[in-house]
This record gives sequence, structure tokens and C-alpha cells, in this order.
Amino acid sequence: MKTITLATAGTLALGVAAAAQAETVTIATVNNGDMIRMQGLSGKFTEKHPDIELEWVTLEENVLRQRVTTDVATGGGQYDVMTIGTYEVPIWGAQGWLTPLDDLPAEYDADDLMPAIRSALTVDGTLYAVPFYGESAMVMYRTDVAEKAGVTIPDEPTWSDIKAAAKAMTDKENEIYGICLRGKPGWGENMGFITAMANSYGARWFDMEWQPQFDSPEWKEATTDYLEMVKEYGPPGASSNGFNENLALFQQGKCAMWIDATVAASFVTDPDESTVADKVGYAAFPNKEGVENRGNWLWAWSLAVPASSDAVDAAKQFVAWATSKEYTQIVADEEGWRAAPPGTRTSLYQNDDYQAAAPFAAMTLKAMQAATPENPSVQEVPYTGGQFVAIPEFQGIGTAVGQTFSAAVAGQMDAEQALSNAQQLTRREMQRAGYIK
Amino acid sequence: MATQHSRAAARVMLSPAVILLILWMIVPLGLTLYFSFLRYNLLMPGMEEWTGFANYRFFLTDPAFTTALVNTLLLVGGVLLITVGGGICLALLLDQPFWGQGVVRVLVIAPFFVMPTVSALVWKNMFMDPVNGLFGYVARLFGAQPFEWLTAAPLLSITLIVAWQWLPFATLILLTAIQSLSSEQLEAAEMDGARFPSRFLWIILPHLARAITVVILIQTIFLLSVFAEILVTTNGGPGIASTNLTFLVYAESLLRFDVGTGSAGGVVAIILANIVAIFLMRMIGRNLDA
Repeated sequence: MKTITLATAGTLALGVAAAAQAETVTIATVNNGDMIRMQGLSGKFTEKHPDIELEWVTLEENVLRQRVTTDVATGGGQYDVMTIGTYEVPIWGAQGWLTPLDDLPAEYDADDLMPAIRSALTVDGTLYAVPFYGESAMVMYRTDVAEKAGVTIPDEPTWSDIKAAAKAMTDKENEIYGICLRGKPGWGENMGFITAMANSYGARWFDMEWQPQFDSPEWKEATTDYLEMVKEYGPPGASSNGFNENLALFQQGKCAMWIDATVAASFVTDPDESTVADKVGYAAFPNKEGVENRGNWLWAWSLAVPASSDAVDAAKQFVAWATSKEYTQIVADEEGWRAAPPGTRTSLYQNDDYQAAAPFAAMTLKAMQAATPENPSVQEVPYTGGQFVAIPEFQGIGTAVGQTFSAAVAGQMDAEQALSNAQQLTRREMQRAGYIK
Repeated sequence: MATQHSRAAARVMLSPAVILLILWMIVPLGLTLYFSFLRYNLLMPGMEEWTGFANYRFFLTDPAFTTALVNTLLLVGGVLLITVGGGICLALLLDQPFWGQGVVRVLVIAPFFVMPTVSALVWKNMFMDPVNGLFGYVARLFGAQPFEWLTAAPLLSITLIVAWQWLPFATLILLTAIQSLSSEQLEAAEMDGARFPSRFLWIILPHLARAITVVILIQTIFLLSVFAEILVTTNGGPGIASTNLTFLVYAESLLRFDVGTGSAGGVVAIILANIVAIFLMRMIGRNLDA
């Protein structure tokens, strides 16, 4: 009897020791190319930290958002590292849901982070997440198709330039569609693009009294043009195309033009994955004639450690590694400078190797520096945020409005109906949240 | 003859199971009821307060609510129609003696064992997809434009997917019912000169009435809460074209993180399901007593 007890105690002790030795860090991340690459390279991290085990949960953007939001809001503690963006960090940081990351080691060099991105991830002077890659938005187009169709796309195009180019380059017989735009519902999917596009038309989500503005002429114009381009010059089934779907289409050579996140540039120019790697040109996000606003898209997929994590120290080590200069160097060594995660560190854009390998670097930097999320629209607004509205209610509202726009792309309703639905829906939610009486 | 004592003992013995079952039902239901009267949004902690019926008002006045209600009924009705009709035909066919009967029967029943998410994904990507799907391929063979099933006719597509899953269940039950029909009766009718349509209408169908009732009742219970197929194919869209009540509750509580309204929606769904159940029992449940 005694020996059994002793043996049991011994096993227990061993078990505890083993648990203390190998700490498991569960990482929730989005299925974008850069993150898949990080997962592939994470062996380098575990080599150096044999006491930390990494567990990956890789999800599609909408599902990821839903999972991590539920987990962090209920204090579930399922994940130790969460991939979230510049929308969530300020809100969650203020709620006390995230672990402060001010105490990162000196070699991390937090001062090297781009000021715009760093300030977007900081609440009251405390850094709550570290950026994995940053992005703005721009036009990517096929130089060969443009040449064949006889169109030139200026460096700073207007929407009428884009519409004309899309029309000229559409060649449905050969399955080349003039323009690919996001149509998949989701506040971070189609609404990201549509909000940026509306900004560049001079529209705004809310006026200073928080009244939704979907009934304004600016929204009407933006929506009509969006629907016209997607339906007439876009690929079939556009209402279910998000970032990843459009990326695949562009890589297969089926899109003549694609307006989306700057981060896509490193994938469309990847000769292993893209059939059009050497035929891509870039231009700034379009604006409407006379409106001094190019959408103000600014986003950084970032890594944060929730306060509910049970492996805070190990998780911190991991996020510091994954967003460090060292990681950038590893990517450069393994896959070339072109693949380095863009848009987070100033030093990357001062690196000559990167400048030489990434023809899109200059345009990316320019777009990111031009974005002013603190003034999203040319009109006065009570909120901040570029392609989103930085209030907690926006996830819900944006998702529902996104559904409406997606239905319009699918041909279930016209622009007018979609806008009046969006207006009604947003009003209801804002009333319920107490912004308007 | 049970004594007073043994009856009491039996009650005590039964009680753990009964208590567990009651708890199983009462606790989630009670919590749902409690949340449904609370203003509770996951994204805004610390704002919880008693709101009375505000959540119910908000859910019932949602423009999506009526659409979801109609969609739910259309989905249930459509699937029942297809499965009962198709089930009778398949059962009649499978009842004929032919070579390889055993294998064919197993194959016909197979769809029932495929998980809903898996079968919905297979339908979405391998059949209904306009670019990669089989239907699109066939359409192009004949020179036609591929039909965009999930965007142009989302509710019909989901009805077809769900019907495909439930057809085996209906077939199985109806087949056993047909097999229990005495062949002498049929032979006698045949000798009297009754052709197949009359034999089917006057002998087989009345015999199947009870089995059909069972199929309808059981399927309705499950079909009112169809969810997985919608989630993986259309996500309730485009817009709200394929949102049913279950999906609307999900959207409220997990996409908008509004637990209060979601719970209120859940309670509304329970009440509506019970109303449907009462009507069903009244209308066709009588068959079961006979």
C-alpha cells in the first residue's frame, strides 16, 4: 500500500516537473500567407527554446475573430497568443483584456516600429500588441494586360480612371476579369474595402451626432460605382471572394486589376506561387476627382497575449521573436527579402537588399505614411479608424452591413435598397447601444 | 403485485436518472431565460443590467426575423416534401427483387452517415460551385452558363442538401413499412384486376400512413434546427436569404456578441417550435393512436 502511494506521488511529481519543463503556447492565427510562413519557420524558435511547445490554431479571418473575441471576453484562456488587428487592440487594451508588452528586451528595439502602427497598438502609453505585418491598400494591375488593352494606369489614379481601365481590360472569353474586389461579407472583408472606397468618395459612416450617413449622396455614388465594377467587370461569384480568394484569382492570371491590402504584393510577385509574378504594376489607392482622400486604409495584424493566458512569459518570448528583426532576417535567408513581413519596421525600408528585391516597397511605404486613421473622411466625424470605425459596436454593425452589400453584389437587391437596409440596420444598433435617442 | 415498500424503493432507484435529466434540461433553459432579460453584450463588460422585455422587442422587430421565420418553414416544408415523396418512390423500388439488392440498399442509406458539415462542404465545392463544380461542368458541356446555386438560389440549394441527407432516413422507415405489408393482400387485389396505381393508392399508401407520420414528426424536430449546412455553405446569405431562426440566433449571439438578444431569440425559437409541434400533433398525431 505504502509503495503504491509513494509510486503515485512520484509519478505526480514527475508529471508536474514535466509540465513545468515544457510549457505549451497555443497560438490563434489567421490563414494568411505570412502567418502560414511563420508557422513553417517556428521550428527555429522551438530549437532555441526547447522548453516551449507551440500549438497552432489557424483559422479563416471571420472565424478567427469570432473565436478569439468570445475567448477573450469570457476570460476563457484557451489561447496564449492571439492574432488581432489595429481595431481590436485599443478596445481590448482599454478593457484590460490584454497583457502589457512594455517590458520587451532591449534588442527588440521597439523604437524601430513604424510610428503610425506603434501608436495604433498603444493605449495610454502602454504597448498591448506587437505588429506582425502592416498594410495599407493600393492598386495592383497586370502590366501586360494593360498594354494589350492600350490603357495606362496613372500612379495616382481616380475612380474614373479605374473604371475605364477595368472596362477596357475585361476579356471574359479568356477568363480575364477587369477588376477583382472583395465581396465576401465581414467587417474586415468587404466592409474594409467598401469603407475605404466610401472614404475616398468623401463619405462618412456617422455625422457628429452619430447618425448613420448611408442616405448621403456620397455613399450612393460609391456604392453604385462599386456594384457596377464588381458586377460588370468582376469574376463570377464575387459575393464570396475575400482577400485570399482574390489573391488566388490574381495569381492564376484571372484578374487584370485588384485593389486590396499592400501585403498582397509579396505574394503576387512570388514566382513559385504566381503565374504573373513579373507582370505586376502598382498604383496608389484611387480617389474621386476633387476629394483629397485615398481611403486611409491602415491595418496591422498583430500578436497579443491575452490577460487570461496561463503561459504569459513563454507567450511573450514567442511574440517578441515572431515580430523581431531576427525573424525578418530568417525569412530573408530562407525565402528571400521579397517575402519579409512588410510594414512594421522602419529599418526594413532603409535596407537596400529589401528595396532591390521588393519593387512594391516604395508604394507600400508611401500608402502607409499617407493614411490618417485619425481623420478618416474629409467630412467631420466623431470616430477614428480608416477602413473601420473604432467603436466596440462596429464588429456587429459591420458584419450585418457587410451581409447587405454582399447580397447586393449577388444581385439580390440594388444599391438603393442595400443602402436603405444598411441605414435602418445601423440606426437600430446605434439606438440600442445608446449613441442616439 | 408491488408492495408499497418496493414501489418507494423503485422511485429512489430511478431518481438519480430522473434528477440528472431534469437538471440537464432546466439549467441551460433557466440560464437562457435569465440572460434573455439581461442587457448583456460580450464586448462591453460591466454594462449588464436588467432590461425586462427589451431584448425580445429588439429581436422580434428585427427586419430579419420575418424572413428567418419564413425561411425556416420553407426549409422544413421543402425537405419534408422531397424526403417523403422521394422516400416512398425509393422504398417501392428497393422493395422489388433485383440482383445486388443488399449492396444497393446499403448505398442508398449511406448519406445518412455522412456528417452534415462534410456533406455540405462536398455539395458546395464539388457540385454547386460554378467554376469547379460538377453541375457547372455539365452545364458547360451543353454550352450553357453555369448556374450559381448558392448565390442565386441559396435556400433551394440548402433544401436540396438537407433533403439528400434525410432521404435515407425516410426511405429506411418506409421500406420496412412496405415490407410489413402482406403480399397476399396485394396478390388478391391483382387477381381482382386492380392495376398498380389503384393498388398503390388504396392499399400501399394507407398502410404507409403511420410510417409517414413518424417520418414527418421526427424530421420536423431535427429540421427546425438546421444549422451546420447553412454555416458552411452560405453563412446565412447572401444578405439574409438563407438565414433561418437558428442561424439568426447564432448571428445575434456569436457574430454580434449580443448574448441577451441571442438568448431572447432562443426562447422565441423554443416557443415557435412548440407551436409547430402542437399543430403537427393535432393534425397528424391522431394517426398514431389509431
